[in-house]
Amino acid sequence: MRSERCVQALNGGLHEAFERRDDVYLIGEDLLDPYGGAFKVSQGLSDRWPERVITTPISEASLFGVAAGMALRGYRPVLEIMFGDFIALGFDQIINGISKFREMYDDQVTLPLVVRTPMGGRRGYGPTHSQSLEKLLMGVPNIRVVAASEYHDLRAMTHAAIDDDEPVFLIENKLMYGRPNRRPENGYIDELSVREGSGTYPALTLSGNDFGEAAATIVTYGGMLPIAVEAATELILEHEVFCEIVVLGELLPLDLAPILESVGRTGALITAEEGTLTAGIGAEITAQVTEAAWGQLRRPVRRVAANDGVIPSAPNLENMMLPGAGEVRDAVLALDPAAV
Amino acid sequence: MTSDLARFYQQMYVIRRLEETLLEMFSAGEINGTTHTCIGQEATAAGVISHLDSERDVIFSNHRCHGHYVAFTDDVEGLIAEVTGRTTGTCGGKGGSQHLCRGNFYSNGIQGSIVPVATGIALAERERKSGAVTTVFIGDGTLGQGALYECLNMASLWRLPLMVVVENNHYAQSTPEELAVSGSISARAAAFGIPTAEITTTDVEEIHATAGSAVERIRATGEPFFMVLDTYRFSPHSKGDDTRDPAEIEARRASSDPIALIADRLDPELRADIEQAAERRVADAREAALAAPVAGAVQA
Ligand SMILES: Cc1ncc(C[n+]2csc(CCOP(=O)(O)OP(=O)(O)O)c2C)c(N)n1
Ligand SMILES: [Mg+2]
Repeated sequence: MRSERCVQALNGGLHEAFERRDDVYLIGEDLLDPYGGAFKVSQGLSDRWPERVITTPISEASLFGVAAGMALRGYRPVLEIMFGDFIALGFDQIINGISKFREMYDDQVTLPLVVRTPMGGRRGYGPTHSQSLEKLLMGVPNIRVVAASEYHDLRAMTHAAIDDDEPVFLIENKLMYGRPNRRPENGYIDELSVREGSGTYPALTLSGNDFGEAAATIVTYGGMLPIAVEAATELILEHEVFCEIVVLGELLPLDLAPILESVGRTGALITAEEGTLTAGIGAEITAQVTEAAWGQLRRPVRRVAANDGVIPSAPNLENMMLPGAGEVRDAVLALDPAAV
Repeated sequence: MTSDLARFYQQMYVIRRLEETLLEMFSAGEINGTTHTCIGQEATAAGVISHLDSERDVIFSNHRCHGHYVAFTDDVEGLIAEVTGRTTGTCGGKGGSQHLCRGNFYSNGIQGSIVPVATGIALAERERKSGAVTTVFIGDGTLGQGALYECLNMASLWRLPLMVVVENNHYAQSTPEELAVSGSISARAAAFGIPTAEITTTDVEEIHATAGSAVERIRATGEPFFMVLDTYRFSPHSKGDDTRDPAEIEARRASSDPIALIADRLDPELRADIEQAAERRVADAREAALAAPVAGAVQA
């Protein structure tokens, strides 16, 4: 069993992909060794493949297009965007180029590019370096939004994103980088039994009582995973309430099957994300689940998310703004699970 | 054997007739949506693109792309079918006038947005050692977009075989150059260490000569080049939207119509043959497009 931190797993996946295929290039700011990228995910690549790692000026608005141009001409560029907040500069290229070319050119081209970027707060970086902006990608056709989490096989996820013929936005998380990349052993991570879904970016469904009776399904992803696990653990220990947690691997196109499967067992849905509440990932999940499984819901859906505001720098203020385990726990208790 | 001059005349004449026909078809209700024609600007397409090899080189063009497309691909039929929304169109009717793709030709309708993609293409071609020159066409109005300068910087730093061609027709939609472009156009590229050329004629033979040295230089050095060409559109920005002084348009038509400028240099008989063939080709393409299946029609 490998025991490595998430940053090492992502970095290892990139090294393996560079070994495996010579059409993979890495583009972005401050990539060169010994620096190796702001969060060190790219470390060691430029020493081994100096010609395939291109460190760039600070030009995000164009870099998305540069990656698209390389992908149009047969390469598999990986674009590292230093902070997820900076995808805002690339939106013209994302919306009017990357998401359009294949379909508007009548399938004459493909765009096998990967944008890797860390989202998330809780490090005191403040309003413009802490956001979870993946929800802004949710309405964009013809792209994939994939969420790395510490329970996913991050090496495999990196390979899959690079081999994908569609543009992939691989959403990483700043706090996740330093944590161990856990994988199920004999179907368990600690006390939680884990079922792995199907597909290229499988969801994981976690249960604290071997998929026995549970009061709710908590759907989450990325950096919210440990927070959901903390909430679920507290609910078991202090309230004797069991939940299932669905950890999505792919947000877009939304992987609905594992959610419906779990909601079919629990009859209640909570969504938990770190981005702001309004028009978030939870809103889309809620719409799709109510369309597909209205009859199975025994309680109104509840969304846990950040307040609609900026993310303050000061630790207490930041904690008040972002959703924590307490909010997830309270959302479950508000379902009045004992009465279910 | 056709001379360069005859070839230019043929291409420019086909483009002119194609664009006039598209405007007619609009008025006749045969086309949906919009189109930007390049009537008056044909020499930039013919003069520059004659140096490019459609098997190897790459073009990324903008909203006003029909002339570039035809000069590079010679696909009049696919273009008319695309603009009329037929299944036989270049992109099966999905792209329409300003979103074309065929082989090494691409276009997109967002001002400035094509330059980063062309920069990435030039990077890919450099890495593949294909020897390709990637050419991107932009208008004077597009000089206002910041991404252009990010890309001039990267193209210079990374020594990319990229040719930026500015077609300065002195207007962006309704906005004259004086209200949108400050200082010197070519000095902007020169500031990034990119060699430039600027010419103020619509004579296709002169454009051809200038573009020839530019392309040769890019092939020899692998480095970018920035070319500013003076031109003028005789047609409206898109369909009926023209607020320019009619006297100015007439004066430019009289002095710098690229087709009229070279007509006298050709043997009259050859010229008549070229014109006739072009008329026929465009008329046939129009007929074929209108007879082709409409994209997305519900099958009976
Ligand atoms: C980003 C963006 N802004 C505005 C437009 C609308 N628009 C289409 S063409 C045009 C004028 C472009 O002027 P110029 O670059 O000089 O090219 P020309 O039309 O003269 O060939 C404008 C404003 C657009 N397509 N994209
Ligand atoms: Mg113009």
